[in-house]
Amino acid sequence: MQFIIRRLGFYAVAAWAAVTVNFFIPRVLPGTPVEAMLAQHPQLTAAAVRALDIEFGVGRQGSLVHQYGAYLSQLFSGNLGVSTSAYPATVTSVLGTTIPWTLMLVGLATIVSFVLGTLLGILAGWRRGGRFDQLLPAFTFLQATPYFFLALVAIQLFSNDWHLFPGYGGYTLGDHIGFNGAFISSALRHGILPAATIIVTSMAGWMLQMRNVMITTIGEDYVLAAEAKGLSTRRVMFTYAARNAILPNIAGFALAIGFVVAGALVMEIVFSYPGVGYTLYNAVTQDDFPVMQGIFLAISGAVLLACLLADVIYVIADPRTRTRAAY
Amino acid sequence: MAVAVSLPPSPAVVPRRGQFLRAMPAKAKVGGAILAVFVLIAIIGPAIAPFDPSATNPLATAPAPPTLHHLLGTTSTGGDVLSQLLVGLRSSVLLGVLTASIATLLSMATGLTAGFLGGVADEGLSLLMNVFIVLPALPLLIVLLGYLPHSGDLPTAIVLSALGWSWGARVIRAQTLTLRGRDYIAAARETGERTWRIVVFEILPNEVSLIAANFVGTFLYAILTSVALAFIGVANFSTWNLGTILFWAQNGNAFNIGAWWWYVPPGVAAALLGMSLVLLNFGLDELGNPRLRDSSGRRKRHQRAWRPTDPTPVERRGPAT
Repeated sequence: MQFIIRRLGFYAVAAWAAVTVNFFIPRVLPGTPVEAMLAQHPQLTAAAVRALDIEFGVGRQGSLVHQYGAYLSQLFSGNLGVSTSAYPATVTSVLGTTIPWTLMLVGLATIVSFVLGTLLGILAGWRRGGRFDQLLPAFTFLQATPYFFLALVAIQLFSNDWHLFPGYGGYTLGDHIGFNGAFISSALRHGILPAATIIVTSMAGWMLQMRNVMITTIGEDYVLAAEAKGLSTRRVMFTYAARNAILPNIAGFALAIGFVVAGALVMEIVFSYPGVGYTLYNAVTQDDFPVMQGIFLAISGAVLLACLLADVIYVIADPRTRTRAAY
Repeated sequence: MAVAVSLPPSPAVVPRRGQFLRAMPAKAKVGGAILAVFVLIAIIGPAIAPFDPSATNPLATAPAPPTLHHLLGTTSTGGDVLSQLLVGLRSSVLLGVLTASIATLLSMATGLTAGFLGGVADEGLSLLMNVFIVLPALPLLIVLLGYLPHSGDLPTAIVLSALGWSWGARVIRAQTLTLRGRDYIAAARETGERTWRIVVFEILPNEVSLIAANFVGTFLYAILTSVALAFIGVANFSTWNLGTILFWAQNGNAFNIGAWWWYVPPGVAAALLGMSLVLLNFGLDELGNPRLRDSSGRRKRHQRAWRPTDPTPVERRGPAT
């Protein structure tokens, strides 16, 4: 019980911290959204500027405490403001069109990377120094390489030289976005290269952790007992050793799902993929503070949700956490 | 290891100075050797660079492939790639060392305090660590470094370590929690040692490999993040480092026109530097947990096939204690 209260307290404080950091971002940074709009549209009159000031609520009237209160009440009513670079689109609609792209691509890539990496980790841990263990340094090398460098080389080879996959954007420009065959196949073709680069560079982490826990688990008495009973190797490996060794990986996986929204920022910039990361990048280059703030909130929310998910999974998967308060 | 002399019998066996190097796993030796080369280049690189890295050749129209004069070719403006690399490595390595040092000090201070004191201090510091873990680092870095005025490596290192210390703090806290319950700590307490003395001389030496691994991990994070930030365009482009070289290569269309000598050397240098750090971390892991050691070399000596459930072979050196 004490454990649950402590975790709930953590979520409350973390959410408050995220919201507050978000509040201070535009106040610490130089310039305001209206100034950013003025730079794009210098013909605006003073009256129009005044109207925009009110529209964006950046007149900075009242004390900081007052502004903070107004910010919180806006937030709770679900109003995230209006994008200055894509005016008059609301931030909510900008998020609505970009989040699905990131969620689908990075989410799928994270799942594939987790499954493949964990499986390879089980095999590598089962036979230390064996065939699969030899793969580990190669994957680690890929992980230690700057991601964008690998991605650019991949675009050069697979897209520009061999014309196998497109290396730019999320779909063929001019396609009608919707549930039709042409669009879906185009989106799939565009997703292969980004997804493959993410999988290849992120697998080593899952593999290494699984391998190391697996090796420790194999030394346990119950694994030896299972072997002594004459169970098949596969059964001992998966049902006895891997099943117990997978806990840390599952906790990591839940967190990784949370970072999916923030995750492949560099990937989206390299591939000009129409997701959250690319939108954030554009918002930063165009001083679009409302969109920046909205994306930060979305990312923080996703991560906190994933933490909650990790907690729940842990309590279900590991009975010890239910009796022991220590985390 | 100098403090080991004053230690009471502790659970970790501390080898003597000469043995320590020999006991290092092979992976750590290889990683350390590569890293040493990079550190050497970081120190003497600018002195042995054949050209001024920022020098341009007004006659140059396109990047030129390697010649005897320019060993790694030139950029599209006639700059010498080798010189840029030699000069740029210093900044990258320095940033890594600075970030790793600041972040490790932060995680040591918070992790040890939280783990050893427990109670309210632990609750508060753990909360702080968890909040920093869930903050999205890269987007926040882009916004912070993109707008705040910054000129050198130190401000960048401070921002990087402010967002990168929390994971290590959690690991150190967890380890301190398990060490706190050991008998020798209780004995030290009974003899009336002061809290800071117990933490610094009894607990800290037993966490050296953990802290070192944390340092190396943060080093890698700093290198990869700073290179990624430079690529995105968030960096000081009047200086040379691995990230800015790659940024200019990408801007100069090096990838499209096939000027491999422009983008492959900095990319491979970053990968090698990263790899050396990962190898070093593998080695440190194996030092702390002998089970993880690769036993392929040892297997051949056994008559029957080695089975995964066999006990871990332990090699004894010198008289058994």
